[in-house]
Amino acid sequence: MSAAVVAAVAQAHRRDWARVFASTVHLTRDLDLAEECAQDAYVQALRTWPRTGIPDQPAGWLTTVARNRALDVLRRESVLRKALPLLVADESVPGPDDGLVDDGRLRLVFTCCHPALSRDAQVALTLRLVCGLSTAEVARAFLVQETTMAARITRAKKKIVTARIPYRVPSPDQLAERVSAVLEVVYLIFTTGHTAPVGAELVRADLADSAVGLARMLHLLMPGDVEIRALLALLLLVDARRHTRLSANGKLLLLSEQDRTRWDARLISEGVGLLTGALRRQPPTRYAVEAAIAAVHAEAPTWQDTAWPEIVALYDVLLKHWPSPVAELNRAVAIGFRDGPLAGLDALTPLLADPTLATYSYLSAARADFLRRLQRWPAATAAYEEALTLTDNDVERAFLTERLGEVRSHLST
Amino acid sequence: MTKYMILIYGDAQEWDAMSTTQEQAHHAAHAAFRAKAGAQVIGGEELELSTMATTLRMATDDRVSTTDGPFLEAKEALGGYYLVEAADLDEVIALASLLPEVHAGHSGVEIRPVVDHG
Repeated sequence: MSAAVVAAVAQAHRRDWARVFASTVHLTRDLDLAEECAQDAYVQALRTWPRTGIPDQPAGWLTTVARNRALDVLRRESVLRKALPLLVADESVPGPDDGLVDDGRLRLVFTCCHPALSRDAQVALTLRLVCGLSTAEVARAFLVQETTMAARITRAKKKIVTARIPYRVPSPDQLAERVSAVLEVVYLIFTTGHTAPVGAELVRADLADSAVGLARMLHLLMPGDVEIRALLALLLLVDARRHTRLSANGKLLLLSEQDRTRWDARLISEGVGLLTGALRRQPPTRYAVEAAIAAVHAEAPTWQDTAWPEIVALYDVLLKHWPSPVAELNRAVAIGFRDGPLAGLDALTPLLADPTLATYSYLSAARADFLRRLQRWPAATAAYEEALTLTDNDVERAFLTERLGEVRSHLST
Repeated sequence: MTKYMILIYGDAQEWDAMSTTQEQAHHAAHAAFRAKAGAQVIGGEELELSTMATTLRMATDDRVSTTDGPFLEAKEALGGYYLVEAADLDEVIALASLLPEVHAGHSGVEIRPVVDHG
């Protein structure tokens, strides 16, 4: 089998899985059967394309094969299948006047992220059914056994059928709330990929890529939605730094140490362009404010040029509309860079009593950094030690261990 | 079409404490729900307070024990129900959102599909 075919099938899987699968679901109204048929189509492509050449429209080819396979099964098992409960799906396809370009993928994503499913189930179904990750890959990403993840996905699919969660784009009065639920799932997938909570790697590229792919897909299908636009901008602006967050020998590099010439300028300009549109609406959405913060960093030519007053002001906006201890922590860190470590430490202090941050390693790490810069070695040592007990990512642990060694070396002098 | 049970839970003390105006608004909202749901409502009743409840369960000596009070002791008690028929969950969610209990802080509704033994 030629490498070109394998690459083409892999690319078609990454790019077109959701479309092939969604279009097959519409025919079968059964998620499992559609999954089987869509998978078969990809296997068939590996067998057929070496002989026939790679088709001009791989997605169209795969969809046709998957749907034909589904039709065969439906014909053969028609009697048997009559007894099975089916997905609730509309026959009608939304008209052009509602502004949505629907090719099935939107229905799929709204079904997977339906609020009647638990957040864990939403994430698992989205990665499995929309992004096409294998159950093993999804299990690995969330550090659970494959059998556990398989059971979680099966339960979620069963709930979709039993509770009759519809395979449909929600009605206009439900749409805004449902879009928010979808975006929370996408954001969660991205943050889990951006800094893996546990393990040897800092970034889980498959998750970060899946999240960016989802956000791009949503933006393409609902171009008028400013919240989607803002989230895509945020992900692109943060993701632009992905390849500079580690040194050549795998050590964590902070924003101040990263090689800014290697930030992805194309992603940054795309993100800034999207953000400009998203900020036109007042009041801005939460993701637009977060993206604006990322944009200030992305556009600073050097660390010293970072516009800290602007960043603090943006955190103030964020806190006014969406107060959260994590945003307060980030604001305190920004204050520390604007007004010096003592001011930062003061801004952090009230957060130490917040129970929701009690096991949040970034609070200890931020405090440790301020104390280190203030040369308060014993307190800094204790704070680094605390941060180390709270993180399980190996790359972050290595960074904290090195800093701990540095502040400890001052203790004896 | 599928049958769904809409179970209405809330704090009985809060329900008791409603003023006449609040009560009127409450009943009007239920009437609006019934009007909107029309023939989709198969049944529905308001239940007497859970202090009026009697619970039967097996006692340790294998005999049936009869006790005063609800099966589950909780601040939020079952206050009533509707049995409705709907095409899908989103339709029930849209209907149930009209119920006043969904908009009061102390109460809420639980939607459960009914098993079809068809």
